[in-house]
Amino acid sequence: MSLKQNLHNLKEKYKGTKMAPAFNAIHTFLYLPNEVTHGGTHIKAADDLKRTMNIVIMALIPCLLFGMFNAGYQHYAAIDGSLRTDVLANFFTWDNLWIGIIKVLPLVIVSYAVGLIVEFIFAVIKGHEVEEGYLVTGMLVPLIVPVDTPLWMLSVAVVFGVVIGKEVFGGTGMNILNPALTIRAFLFFAYPTWMSGDKVWVHDAVNRVGTPDAISGETILGSYAQNQEVIYSNWDKFMGFIPGSVGETSTLLILLGAAFLIFTKVGSWRIIVSTFIGAAVMGLIFNQIVAADVITESSKFYGLMNTVWYEHLMIGGLAFGAVYMATDPVTASQTNKGKWIYGFLIGFISIMIRVFNPAYPEGVFLAILLMNVFAPTIDHYVVQGNVKKRLKRTKVKTA
Amino acid sequence: MSKDIRIKKGLDIKLVGEAEKTTTSVSRSSVYAVKPEDFHGIIPKLIAKEGAVVKAGGALFHSKSDERILFASPVSGKVVEVIRGARRKVLAMKIAADSEQVYEDFGTKNADAMSAEEVKNYLFTAGCWPFIKQRPYDVVANPNQAPKAIFISGYASAPLAADLEYTLAGKEAELQAAITAVTKLTEGKVHVSVGANSNSPLSKLKGVEIHKVSGPHPSGNVSTQIAQIDPINKGEVVWVVTPQDLVVIGELFLTGKFNLERTIALTGSKFNKPQYVTAIAGAAISDLTNNNLNNDNTRIINGNVLSGKQVKEEGFLSYSDNQITAIPEGDDYEFFGWNKPIFNKISTSRALTFSWLNPKKKYDLNTNTNGEHRAFVVTGSYENVFPLDIYPMQLLKAFMYKDLDEMEALGGYEIAPEDFALTEFICVSKQPHQNIIREGLDLMREELG
Repeated sequence: MSLKQNLHNLKEKYKGTKMAPAFNAIHTFLYLPNEVTHGGTHIKAADDLKRTMNIVIMALIPCLLFGMFNAGYQHYAAIDGSLRTDVLANFFTWDNLWIGIIKVLPLVIVSYAVGLIVEFIFAVIKGHEVEEGYLVTGMLVPLIVPVDTPLWMLSVAVVFGVVIGKEVFGGTGMNILNPALTIRAFLFFAYPTWMSGDKVWVHDAVNRVGTPDAISGETILGSYAQNQEVIYSNWDKFMGFIPGSVGETSTLLILLGAAFLIFTKVGSWRIIVSTFIGAAVMGLIFNQIVAADVITESSKFYGLMNTVWYEHLMIGGLAFGAVYMATDPVTASQTNKGKWIYGFLIGFISIMIRVFNPAYPEGVFLAILLMNVFAPTIDHYVVQGNVKKRLKRTKVKTA
Repeated sequence: MSKDIRIKKGLDIKLVGEAEKTTTSVSRSSVYAVKPEDFHGIIPKLIAKEGAVVKAGGALFHSKSDERILFASPVSGKVVEVIRGARRKVLAMKIAADSEQVYEDFGTKNADAMSAEEVKNYLFTAGCWPFIKQRPYDVVANPNQAPKAIFISGYASAPLAADLEYTLAGKEAELQAAITAVTKLTEGKVHVSVGANSNSPLSKLKGVEIHKVSGPHPSGNVSTQIAQIDPINKGEVVWVVTPQDLVVIGELFLTGKFNLERTIALTGSKFNKPQYVTAIAGAAISDLTNNNLNNDNTRIINGNVLSGKQVKEEGFLSYSDNQITAIPEGDDYEFFGWNKPIFNKISTSRALTFSWLNPKKKYDLNTNTNGEHRAFVVTGSYENVFPLDIYPMQLLKAFMYKDLDEMEALGGYEIAPEDFALTEFICVSKQPHQNIIREGLDLMREELG
């Protein structure tokens, strides 16, 4: 008997039992189910949620691979600054990749394993199918944490994020906050020393504190926040040869991912574009403030206010947040008009937090979480516009 | 003043199995059936009991809410069986047809010389009232309300739809007679739509406003046209008649006979030779598809693939449809079907689906759902195939949690289930949009009247 037939027989056997959702999750991973339409349209389009989620994962793969090389590169370049003179020759090396394999891959594996176990448990308890949302969340999480994040910390955060961020609301499609960012926020507030500062962003920098081999693990944002000079060129920033969370450094690859998401019509171009516009506008406002001599170099906000607006778009997690986080359709605004407002405010507030919060200058995840909460309000007013138009039509008639 | 209607948002689903423009007549069925469920929202009260002898046009049952609304037998013969379901609900009445058809004679009429009340009563007696549907709620019209306008869509944009230009050819006199009659029923206008370059008999009608329609499906859906011409507001009612039913009404006025014979398109990839046949409504499906159907794992549909109803080969033609579709069932697994590139199915995204490469290609789609039912996740895609000025996802959600105020405010009066067929087709979460809308409209009708 073929595999197909065997699995079909097993599915029939498990039907109606507690384990059915767990079995079906694995089964549908191998085979598109044999379900047929009934009671509505007799044919259906080719896309399902798995396919949609899979597209997002594909868009993330370049960032992950780059992040693996970058983990090693930042480590060795921090030890030997001369490596930075010829980046391309020293970037795609086996040594760099090896650090990526031993540091980044475990993050990916733990993120998926822990998250999917939680998902399976909830599916079995609540008797619903295992939903695909975590396939994307599980890939996003390792890309937005520092490379040396301990695996147990990640596990605790993933359990928290999946349960409190998603399952308590009823699972994929019902959550208010982006689950990946909920996980990130939990890590940040629960273990702040591991998630911020000038050591955590480069592999091994934390272990070497106080030893003669100490290396810097500072991000560009951190340097600006302390009004320090930055050694990276705009080329480095755009290409992503800079320290940061695992997968968010390369603006180039993120833009490629954005192009793929927009082309496949999976990601909302409205949100992506408006987030960048919002960030650029806020950046320009700050640049004007500096140009107008409102604040001086002695101000603690000077470094980041003086950062040229387009540089703001390349550093920190702004691009990554705009393309992969803000576009999460469940937690974003759902109306097309609302998406413009939602994206714009994310960009705008991100840069504002960045400038005014020197202790932790990365504002993107906080801005997105904040706008997640306000997205239904934005939608409400957009939809009310439609309702009012309809009421007005009636009044004109009866008047 | 006619108004042209151009629709941009929508989707033409191109399928193989378009009916070839030849018509054959099929042998008369021995048994015909009338299904009350073809008239949504009607609770039937039987007039003709089992064993009763009826003529074509003779009343079988009336509506419980208004006993003037009669439902007529399509053929003359004897009522052989009343099939009942749970709680004695009438599912179908079967009539064994006489070999020679005898028609009830309702007398010819000249609608021009009649008052609105006379036209109504004539339609009641002859069983032609059920052809008039109303919006809101998409049910048989309530004769006690005055419609602000009457709409007739003569443009069929649904997948593989029967070409009305072809099926209505030669019916000019009937159509005109029917139009003269229905114009009596409203103080407002009668709007008739035709395709932009159409030469259909409908485009020559007098006493109506003709609108030229262009654009992808659902441009032919009457809701789309109503929204463009004269949208429905709270408290207003419009009536809707299909062109094929107009022909029946017209023939009644001209000859005094109730004749449900019409031209029906046999479409879909499972027909060996997709073409047109003439048949009487209620005929056995097997007689229509005889020797033409490849009946190996086939889905037969009364109507089109988007809004039609599934029917078995032993089943019967519905009362109003002018199309039967037969497509392959899709009850098989597909290895890695969720992530491999797809060339043989339609998609509006480009998520490793490649139907965008070749927009003219005709597809042989089956009934597989291509995925499992999920909560709403993706946003913004419905809007691209939904031409009404309504937020489709917000309306669907309001219909699911049944908040009557929201259902009303978001546009519940302006829609019919068929308007959500395309959004259901492209829905990544495989939600049953049309069922949601149908249930919600029934609730609104019950609660808001």
